[in-house]
Amino acid sequence: MRIRDLLKNNAVPIVFAGLSIFLVIASRMDPVFLLQEVITRLSRNSFLVLALIIPVIAGLGLNFAIVLGAMSGQAAVIMITHWMTTLTGESTMLALFRWQGGLGGFLFATVLSTPIALILGWLVGKTLNAAKGREMITALMLGFFANGIYQLIFLIGIGTVIPMTNPRMVLPGGVGLRITVDLFNPVGRPVRSIGAALNNLILPRIGLIRIPVVPLIIVASLCLFIYFFMRTKLGQQIRATGQDMYVAEIAGIKVNRIRVIAVMFSTVLAAWGQLIWLQDIGTLNTYASHEQVGMFAIAALLVGGANVKRATIWHALLGVVLFHTLFVVSPVAGQRLFGQSQIGEYFRAFIAYGVIALSLALHAWKQRKSK
Amino acid sequence: MWNKIKDYILGLGIPRLTIVGFLAVLFVIAFITGLAIPPLIGDSLRRVGMAGIMVLAMLPTVRAGIGLNFGLPLGIVSGLVGALISMQLDFTGFFGFFMAVLFGIPFSVLSGIGYAWLLSKVRGQEMMVGTYIGFSSVAFMSIWWLVLPFTHPEMIWAIGGSGLRSQLSLGNHFGQVLNNFLRFEIGGMAIPTGLLLFFALFCVILYFFFRTKVGLAIDATGQNESYAIASGVNTKRMRTIAVVISNVLGGIGIVAYAQSYGFLQLYTGPMFMAFPAVAAILIGGASLHKASVTNVVVGTLLFQTLLTISLPVTAQVITGDITEIARLIIANGMIVYALTRGSGKGGR
Repeated sequence: MRIRDLLKNNAVPIVFAGLSIFLVIASRMDPVFLLQEVITRLSRNSFLVLALIIPVIAGLGLNFAIVLGAMSGQAAVIMITHWMTTLTGESTMLALFRWQGGLGGFLFATVLSTPIALILGWLVGKTLNAAKGREMITALMLGFFANGIYQLIFLIGIGTVIPMTNPRMVLPGGVGLRITVDLFNPVGRPVRSIGAALNNLILPRIGLIRIPVVPLIIVASLCLFIYFFMRTKLGQQIRATGQDMYVAEIAGIKVNRIRVIAVMFSTVLAAWGQLIWLQDIGTLNTYASHEQVGMFAIAALLVGGANVKRATIWHALLGVVLFHTLFVVSPVAGQRLFGQSQIGEYFRAFIAYGVIALSLALHAWKQRKSK
Repeated sequence: MWNKIKDYILGLGIPRLTIVGFLAVLFVIAFITGLAIPPLIGDSLRRVGMAGIMVLAMLPTVRAGIGLNFGLPLGIVSGLVGALISMQLDFTGFFGFFMAVLFGIPFSVLSGIGYAWLLSKVRGQEMMVGTYIGFSSVAFMSIWWLVLPFTHPEMIWAIGGSGLRSQLSLGNHFGQVLNNFLRFEIGGMAIPTGLLLFFALFCVILYFFFRTKVGLAIDATGQNESYAIASGVNTKRMRTIAVVISNVLGGIGIVAYAQSYGFLQLYTGPMFMAFPAVAAILIGGASLHKASVTNVVVGTLLFQTLLTISLPVTAQVITGDITEIARLIIANGMIVYALTRGSGKGGR
């Protein structure tokens, strides 16, 4: 009986684990390569997925607006990279930025992105309070809207309103940022941005596998932070708000304020998460890096077994492993099974969208039944 | 009379007034800089005809109390299947166009029934679920575009690939047939008469549909469900009918859109097509609970004119293409605004 309950309550991760195992076998991929990929992605993506947890507990559902957090992170990266590539050799600031192979720049970017993310998170929280009952669709549309503003600033504003001349980053016409900005730091050359700033600090090899220790430690400490934070008074208030807004209000909790705080937490964490992600990737796709952040993070969280009302650290970590295994192997599996890698690529897109649709539908369905 | 006009203007809300103001400014700049305005108007009329039916697809679901149909891509991919069959059978001209529409309808009715059933299970979250049903149907059909057994040489990759092309030229099939029907020019303004008539036809059909018994029952369902049930309306059935009509309109809409555009866009092409349609009806004055044919026509006219004239006009003032950015900001800003209006009684 207990086993049946266990299966029933974890149906989604079990199905995805089965699917992943099937595709791994079908793809006949080198296990060492696969393990390397999964470890890299665990260190790269977990922070962003963990950023979703607090709004879920606060009853706001899946925060599609973490895209705005990612944008704050990118804005900071753009500023830091600009300074690191234009400041002259003797500048003290430059020396600070270059400290420890770009770690200085990374820390500055973290500090810079925080106020931007706090302001954007506050705005998102206010907006979502005005759209109670439809927070998720509003957050999704806010992400698209913010993307328009982002492009306005960095594609039109740079070089016209914002005076910035930097041939490395600005388009040849003098207006707008390049589509890609290189953050990578070539070995033996002076550090010029935040690429691999964290990864390179401690990068031991176990067999053939490189382990980015520092990002993994950061992810672990965020897990601990969330665990202890939810046990503080503020954490308990967030939980109470998520369980029942009306009861919480009667109990003297300022529900609207708590909800805004939850969103601000999430936005700031997303900004930092995007920084960790970018230093690992090493290239900023100025107009695309942030776009799918929300979708992939949410799909991963849901694959791990979370739903609109309940999400834990374990859902996030398990979800990253399962979703990204699927992500890595499906093109190869598509090639092996159908002779077309494209099938696998569309299949994983379908999985990402489909798992969100399914999870939203199942949840709304259950909620109606229980009423 | 004046009070009525004043009430109407105040009722528009700040975003709509901004959009109208922005449009006026664009026209003034166009006039001052000596841009030829008639071709621009002709162009925007063409785009109104292209997008119109997909905007019209928002009407039934809003009236039935389901909200805006963010799952429009589901109807679109159903319509695309019809267009592909018509192409495969090498039908051309008007016959090809109408067969494309006809072949699409059974698919959009079937997918619409399934979609309606799902939406009936997720009352209160229809828009969110709909969005992701739309996205996943696009991704799902992308797999099928690769494996469906179409063989027409103009549809599949010529060399080195299998499956359907991502853009299918309609030039030899039914491209531009509506646009060229009774097309005429006045003062440099090309009027795509057939396309506009086709859009108008559907506006009229929907207008009268909402005066039939079924149409009124759908309205009653949306306005006050318990009252509708008490008066003997099968509200579940009415919602299903509304979703199916919306889905079918999405399917017909994409065929009309594609014939004017000259290409069928497969794969990720339809992914984000719901949002401009949603924005257009909202710009026309609709809300999550209320919409009319007038909202559709006014909204499409305003939104498409804005998009058409903003490119040439802003190109005179600043460098860089601002149109796509303006579209993102205006469309999504309008949707966010509408979502934050009205009672927070959950999803509707």
